[in-house]
Amino acid sequence: MNAVVKGLTDLRDWIDERFPLSEFYHSQLTGYYAPKNFNFWYFFGVLSLLVFVIQILTGIWLVMNYKPDAAMAFGSVEYIMRDVEWGWLIRYMHSTGASAFFIVVYLHMFRGMLYGSYKKPRELLWLLGVVVYLALMGEAFMGYLLPWGQMSFWGAQVITSLFGAVPVIGPDLAEWIRGDYVISDITLNRFFSFHVIALPLLLCGLVGLHLVALRQTGSNNPDGIEIKKNKGPDGKPLDGIPFHPYYTVKDLVGVGVFLILFFAVVFFGPEMGGYFLEHNNFIPANPLVTPEHIAPVWYFTPYYSILRAVPPMFGSQFPGVIAMGLAVVLFFFLPWLDRSVVKSIRYRGVWYKSALAVFVVSFLILGFLGTQPVTDLYTLLARIFSVTYFLFFLAMPWYTSIDKTKPVPERVTH
Amino acid sequence: MKRLIAIVVCCWAGVALASSGGSALHPAGNSLSDTASLQRGARTFVNYCLSCHSAQYMRYNRMAEDLGLTEDMVVDNMLFTDKKVGDTMTVAMRGSDASQWFGNAPPDLSVVARARGTDWLYSFLTGFYADPKKPTGVNNIIFADTAMPHVLWELQGVQKMVTRFEETEEGEEHEVFDHFELATPGIQSELEYQRTVRDLVNFLEYMGEPAKLKRYHIGMWVLVYLVIFTLAAYLLKKEFWRDVH
Repeated sequence: MNAVVKGLTDLRDWIDERFPLSEFYHSQLTGYYAPKNFNFWYFFGVLSLLVFVIQILTGIWLVMNYKPDAAMAFGSVEYIMRDVEWGWLIRYMHSTGASAFFIVVYLHMFRGMLYGSYKKPRELLWLLGVVVYLALMGEAFMGYLLPWGQMSFWGAQVITSLFGAVPVIGPDLAEWIRGDYVISDITLNRFFSFHVIALPLLLCGLVGLHLVALRQTGSNNPDGIEIKKNKGPDGKPLDGIPFHPYYTVKDLVGVGVFLILFFAVVFFGPEMGGYFLEHNNFIPANPLVTPEHIAPVWYFTPYYSILRAVPPMFGSQFPGVIAMGLAVVLFFFLPWLDRSVVKSIRYRGVWYKSALAVFVVSFLILGFLGTQPVTDLYTLLARIFSVTYFLFFLAMPWYTSIDKTKPVPERVTH
Repeated sequence: MKRLIAIVVCCWAGVALASSGGSALHPAGNSLSDTASLQRGARTFVNYCLSCHSAQYMRYNRMAEDLGLTEDMVVDNMLFTDKKVGDTMTVAMRGSDASQWFGNAPPDLSVVARARGTDWLYSFLTGFYADPKKPTGVNNIIFADTAMPHVLWELQGVQKMVTRFEETEEGEEHEVFDHFELATPGIQSELEYQRTVRDLVNFLEYMGEPAKLKRYHIGMWVLVYLVIFTLAAYLLKKEFWRDVH
């Protein structure tokens, strides 16, 4: 036994002389102090990472049998579902993972807004996170074309056509993106390339940078207090605990609960009533038949609602496209739009609390409206909630500076 | 806030109204765990549907395995051409011919149950009625002006649509569907025909996703494992966190 331990210790020393293994383990895990008062909302960072790994691994195995060819793509997915051993499980994990990714990322972002995690000194951490979100949207959009069903085809057709609304260069731009006059085999090939190589590489890099920035500032917490300000005589934060083993075991519980929900969907309802896998996408892509009702997958529908809510001006859809783009881009400016002296919702006044509630309701209702066909009532509602959506951001400098905040305690509470 | 809630409520009420429009679908009431029903459905499918519709992603031997049939049974009773038992269910009819004969190439039925839903298929297959204006002599209550002839008419017979008059809000009278009446009886009684269609729809649902037969079963064990794992993780967490105050 002793010989084994000695052998392993020697091996570790051998590596440490050549590679900072123990140093990394200490600085990033056992010696990295995180606030001790993380609550439910703090699971969604590690869960995003988990879903990312699930998507990468299932993606690798899907590509082994998928054919990025307009004549074969639809059939190759059915081949995976039927003839490939466990192919159906891998495919359902990937399709459910796409929706799960957005669920955990949206909750992760909401956490940031609850506790002011984007505020100084974490502005760069937030910006990198929003870039990850943008890359993720691109990844999801391009991946959705690959099954080559009716919704894949027409969804991509609608979104690429949006670029056609850009003044002067629009039509050429849309054609350049598609590589053809309409979505075609050429588009499928380039989207495949982006989906399996370019964007995953980019995402890996960005997620890495996001974590580097997190390690620099340390995590925020539900009280919005900097734990580095209160250090004990040993130089360690009084309100901090080592990430490993405390948060590794705690995250394990979160991972377990998440996997229960995730696999409940994978095994018992992978279509999620048509929200995760749309019914029309089981009809092969047909450029000659336009579906009556084209709706993007649920995670894009809030933005789709905003696009449809803006009326065409001067005979152009461009203002709607701008509004949709702005709805996403505004997240970048949160650190500077928020003028409050406190970070956490616990010590904010009634203004921010109400504004955040209105924002969440707007986002959810816009999301619902985006799945529905256009009616007069729905258009009116989409316009009302688009306005409240934008007001949350644009009026933020004003309502956060007049908001009556509560005093922030010196040390974290629970 | 009250106004907000009112708007949300309006929103949902609107959805409820919107979804109640159109011809009501009849629930298919099929069950994938009923193997005998799947076998009967497979026979109906091969005898009546497969001459025009393909199921190009479904293999004969996969069907045999999942439905508890032997390969010999499938070869003797379901393979009418020189196909091999490992082949998929394609049809000899060319798409261009089909388009000329029916106006539309009959769609592949491999995943039709996933695109349309079982209730729609059940309602469609029980919803043919005589319509002398159509070249096929029939129309469909669920899918108006369908190009598909009533292939199962021998079994069901021919039904006629009985209408009634209803007044709209504006006070205008218009004709609406009331019920079907059997004009010419078929080989099967009404209940027998409903069972035939239910079995067929059951088979179509199976064919849309053969893995569904075992998906639930495996899923249960996966969840049982994960619950135990999570419980163990929770106890571990509690133990580690005892010194955090």
